[in-house]
Amino acid sequence: MMDHAIDIAVAVATSIAVLTLISLGLAVIFGMMRIINFAHGEFIMLGGYATVEAVTHGVNIWIAMLVVAPVTVAAIGAVAERLIIRRFYGQLVTTMLATWGLSLFLIGLVTAVFGNTTRGVAAPLGSVAIGAYSVSAYQLVLVAITILLSLICLLALNRTRWGLVARGTMRNPEMAATLGIDPVKVYAATFATGAMLSGLAGGLLAPISGVIPHMGAAYVARAFVTVISGGPALITGTVAVAALLGPLEAALSLVATPVIGQAALLIAAVILLRVLPQGISVSWQGTRR
Amino acid sequence: MTNVRGAGIGLLALLFLAAVVGPSMLGQFDLLQLSSFAAMALATLGLAFAWGYVGILSFGHAAFFGLGAYAYAIATTNLGDSTLAVPLAVLLPVCFSVLLGYFLFFGRIGQVYLAVITLCVTLILFSFMNSTADPSYRIGTAPLGGFNGMDAVPPLNWPWQPDAPLTPAEMFQLCFATLGLTYYLLRLILRSGVGRIMVAVRENELRSELTGYDVRLYKMLAFMVSAAVAGLGGCLFTANNGYVGPTVFDLNQASQFVLWVVAGGLGTLAGPMIISFGFQYLQIFLGTRQFLNTSLVFGAIIIFFVVLVPRGLLPTLQDGAKALRRRVPAVTGRSRMTRRIAKRI
Repeated sequence: MMDHAIDIAVAVATSIAVLTLISLGLAVIFGMMRIINFAHGEFIMLGGYATVEAVTHGVNIWIAMLVVAPVTVAAIGAVAERLIIRRFYGQLVTTMLATWGLSLFLIGLVTAVFGNTTRGVAAPLGSVAIGAYSVSAYQLVLVAITILLSLICLLALNRTRWGLVARGTMRNPEMAATLGIDPVKVYAATFATGAMLSGLAGGLLAPISGVIPHMGAAYVARAFVTVISGGPALITGTVAVAALLGPLEAALSLVATPVIGQAALLIAAVILLRVLPQGISVSWQGTRR
Repeated sequence: MTNVRGAGIGLLALLFLAAVVGPSMLGQFDLLQLSSFAAMALATLGLAFAWGYVGILSFGHAAFFGLGAYAYAIATTNLGDSTLAVPLAVLLPVCFSVLLGYFLFFGRIGQVYLAVITLCVTLILFSFMNSTADPSYRIGTAPLGGFNGMDAVPPLNWPWQPDAPLTPAEMFQLCFATLGLTYYLLRLILRSGVGRIMVAVRENELRSELTGYDVRLYKMLAFMVSAAVAGLGGCLFTANNGYVGPTVFDLNQASQFVLWVVAGGLGTLAGPMIISFGFQYLQIFLGTRQFLNTSLVFGAIIIFFVVLVPRGLLPTLQDGAKALRRRVPAVTGRSRMTRRIAKRI
């Protein structure tokens, strides 16, 4: 009985971790910068592909996941920002369309280069026995990395000079500019950081889910509702919503089907937004702006 | 203004002319394809109305379209007669829009969140319909078919005469006549008092509210109209193609309507309607040639439109024509980024 409880706890923790991971990059790009990034799922997808490609070419899997994936996607994000996104800051609808075009473009490009087939890498570390059950050790590492990553984001955003500059610029770019900070550079750097986090998520998820060009669609809706429901406190709000909705999804996926689980997550988020239109973290952060 | 009205009447005449002379000039295949294009264009009008004139950016338009399509397929399979299936295909999306509108407008959810939530709802429908492959998912005698969708959907028939289905030529005439009529009706709505208030809501929600109009109600009304038009489009689409699958709810479909409205020109009805024909033709052209990946090309086209023709084709052409007449260079709408950022404050 105890073993079974641990088994379920691991499943729940993993689902919370996955939800947090796929949302962190969007929390930066959408939550902070107010860019509706429909290419978010494709950033995750590119992270996955970067990992798989690196591993196929003999790179150590940890380096592939933790270094190659985020760096590659950050570079792609920086290019996209320079060429497309930069023109549309402050125009929500236009960025939405531009990133949607980017998303289709990236799907098409990856399909053309790598083909429309599922690929994957084996999860490292094997499994750990907990009584009668065995749990994939990689899942435990994934949870640990997610916790660590959330803490780093939280500290970087709230306790470093860089985080302060970024938050200040997002709130009032003109004021930041008069204080000698170049908003254009800050915007570019923040976007690349968000892309980097998405790439990292893609890299870490590649051993679990495998990669396929249109895999982004499975993540983008969940990431958006998580960030929107999270509200003004970017990291804590996102993690809180993930902790709330992750178990719901995990439970219903277990009892019914994964599709019902995802549907329940989205419906729960819509109802949550009807009750708390500003997102869950208004209760401890106050309203935005 | 008279100019615009004249052009509108001209377009209407052109659509009816197509309906009259089309069948005698085109082959069977072209008739079927153009009917399907017209059904999509019809649905596009719904979004052009709700987004362009009332400011409701809904990615859920595909949900209404798909619900109409499925409602027609299920009802006509069960009843064996399409007479009642058509009103049902309009009614179901309208009911759904009321339910959705309650959460969106009465919850006073912002424009951005509205777009994302409607997209999520559409994707839920997509996942749900995809998972109904099991034969136990059936409504009456109609299995939902899951990923494979429902095929062999009966075509439209003359009212109360199940044995007299419409020929492709008649279907073509019906589609184009419906498109023309809907276009005309939407223009009538916009010219009426209610329509003017809707435009006022788009221009300035707070001011409209302070003037004493219940903004939520007018938005809801516009949302219902757009859902009805989308449902009708979905119904005609399915009746013409004899098939409906979950892809009517997928991300591609959801965004396609939005793309057509943007590319045609936000705030016009004719632009999105005309350009939807062009895009659908292009898509089929690319799909049959297979020399380039379709989503690659489409992604590039969208980015091209957003970057270079941000206001859409029709308004840009109108401005160009005006500028030519006055011999004044057209104003291009690109200002400095810093000004863009400053606008947000």
